[in-house]
Amino acid sequence: MSHLNAEIRQQAEQLVALYPEKRSALIPLCHLAQEQDGWLVPEAVSEIAELCGVTAAEVQGTASFYDMLHTEPVGTYAVAVCTNIACLLGGALELLEHAESTLGVRAGGTTPDGVFTLHEAECLADCDKTPCVQVNHRYVGAQTPASFDALVDDLRAGRLADTVPSHGTLVRVRRTVGLQADRTAIKTERATVAQEQAARAATAAAAGEGEKKA
Amino acid sequence: MAITDAPKIVTARLGYDDSFTLERYLATGGYTGLRKALTMTPEAVAAEVDAASLLGRGGAGFPAGRKWSMLRKNPLTYLVINGDESEPATFKDHMLIEGDPHQILEGVLISAYALQVSQAFIYLRGEFALGLERLQTALNEAYAHGAVGSNIFDSGFSLDIVVHPGAGAYICGEETALLESLEGKRGFPRIKPPFFPAAVGLYGEPTVVNNVETMANIPWIVNNGGAAFAALGAGRSTGTRLFALAGHVRNPGNYELEMVKTTFRDLIYAPVLGGGIRGSNTLKAFIPGGVSAPWFAPEQVDLPLGQDEVGNAGSMLGSGSVVVMDSATCMVRAAWRITKFFSRESCGQCTPCREGSGWLERIMYRIENGDGREEDLDLLMDLCDNISPGVAWPPQQTTICVLGPSIPSSIASGIRMFRDEFLVHVKEGGCPFD
Repeated sequence: MSHLNAEIRQQAEQLVALYPEKRSALIPLCHLAQEQDGWLVPEAVSEIAELCGVTAAEVQGTASFYDMLHTEPVGTYAVAVCTNIACLLGGALELLEHAESTLGVRAGGTTPDGVFTLHEAECLADCDKTPCVQVNHRYVGAQTPASFDALVDDLRAGRLADTVPSHGTLVRVRRTVGLQADRTAIKTERATVAQEQAARAATAAAAGEGEKKA
Repeated sequence: MAITDAPKIVTARLGYDDSFTLERYLATGGYTGLRKALTMTPEAVAAEVDAASLLGRGGAGFPAGRKWSMLRKNPLTYLVINGDESEPATFKDHMLIEGDPHQILEGVLISAYALQVSQAFIYLRGEFALGLERLQTALNEAYAHGAVGSNIFDSGFSLDIVVHPGAGAYICGEETALLESLEGKRGFPRIKPPFFPAAVGLYGEPTVVNNVETMANIPWIVNNGGAAFAALGAGRSTGTRLFALAGHVRNPGNYELEMVKTTFRDLIYAPVLGGGIRGSNTLKAFIPGGVSAPWFAPEQVDLPLGQDEVGNAGSMLGSGSVVVMDSATCMVRAAWRITKFFSRESCGQCTPCREGSGWLERIMYRIENGDGREEDLDLLMDLCDNISPGVAWPPQQTTICVLGPSIPSSIASGIRMFRDEFLVHVKEGGCPFD
């Protein structure tokens, strides 16, 4: 019984087929699972493991390394306030403090209604618009305390639903051209390379033996 | 020194509102470089890139042509594009990906042809949601246009490209960590040797890893010739380069400038570029090439924007990010925040980096917040010395990758250039800028 819904499951299978090795699809699949559930629920982790040919522990192990992959629930809107050097110089610490007071949670926390999760982010690469804020990885421009409050109101009222999909949806554009990595051919070519290497090593060893005797 | 009238090589199209569409790309000379390359031999294409002396635009500045020539012969080889731009205050690749994705694809196509690789991956930073959507759209369009896939433009050459999203980890900008991540693993940099993915890369097979901006230069080089590119700039730093200007300037932004011919002073003060220091303050210090780079004082503002010129002056041009700090900036706070970044982003494999970055961050925090001690300054330098013996530039390395030896740069710069400011924090029991 698949946990991923039919559309997501089909996308996942197409992604797995793109890569010479199935495991390479692991991170893209985690993003897909988050698109469905908002975070990586255990059932999705198991299904990704099965699709990638690894154990659930390996999926969990990889996922836990990355900031964008969440093994615990996240709010509908993940608000990331960058406080790294360029934004720090642009007043980011003050903005983060303001964001904490507006949302009533500390950085890392989720509002009790589950709508907002606040993150203190590292550089988001939009450093000419400081302090930089992303909501669900969408840039919302430089923010002041006043504009931040307006942003929160807009998000709460659903006025930004078109530009900011709910948390987990990363890429809304699907690949139109499927690929079928030819794993059999790859396997054959790798076997040939390995054989050649072994033959070369044997020749080199024999030559080495010959030198010793000489 | 001056702002030259060098052509815009990578930003020519960005003035258009629809710069990211196939229609605009084709109307402005798009994919002509690819068509031209496909009429040449792969070796001739590689020779043009070699003649251009294009230095990789990711941060290390390794010559792209030489990197290509190192690709080990093997039935399976790959081209991987590093679009994991995460160096603090660097935002050039972000702009190129969102603004002109076809230009990157064309660079990838030409490069893959020169390398005779049939599979390319573009690893894009996960936080670039719009960039991922723009690039995937462009790729879909390019397949439909016949520029990607089987028998490209009836040339007999085939290439498949996969856009691969990262998931939020600075360390994945390190090329071997990126390859691990692309294999579905944690972003742990690989132990060297082997030093070059060109010998042992993705799945252990030969792989060329190039930066996004490097790719963006390739179509122009093929269209105009390597010699035309090499005629720009001076010495080893040829062509133009994107400089990401951030911090206390009137006009922060990305500026494409001819290398070496332009100086930091031009970049920071020219009215058409940075426009000078914001407000009525003056320049206190600047970081010339990403937060891994040692800081420069105002006296160094006349240095040319060139790789060796900056390197010989004791820092690096790195990722091309220039951070300007004005006279109202607390240098302890600036260095603390940079150190906190490294502490958060250390992958945790090597003790000097994993433990050292955390210790340094906590000591910096207590100095900034009034609990510092005078002996902390020596302690900080001693810890820096443990991570990178000698705390010199170029740095010594005790770790698997260069994240470790990048950590001391900001603290050592801060203490060496602004020792009194650190001491005032200790003596006054807090930050004098609060």
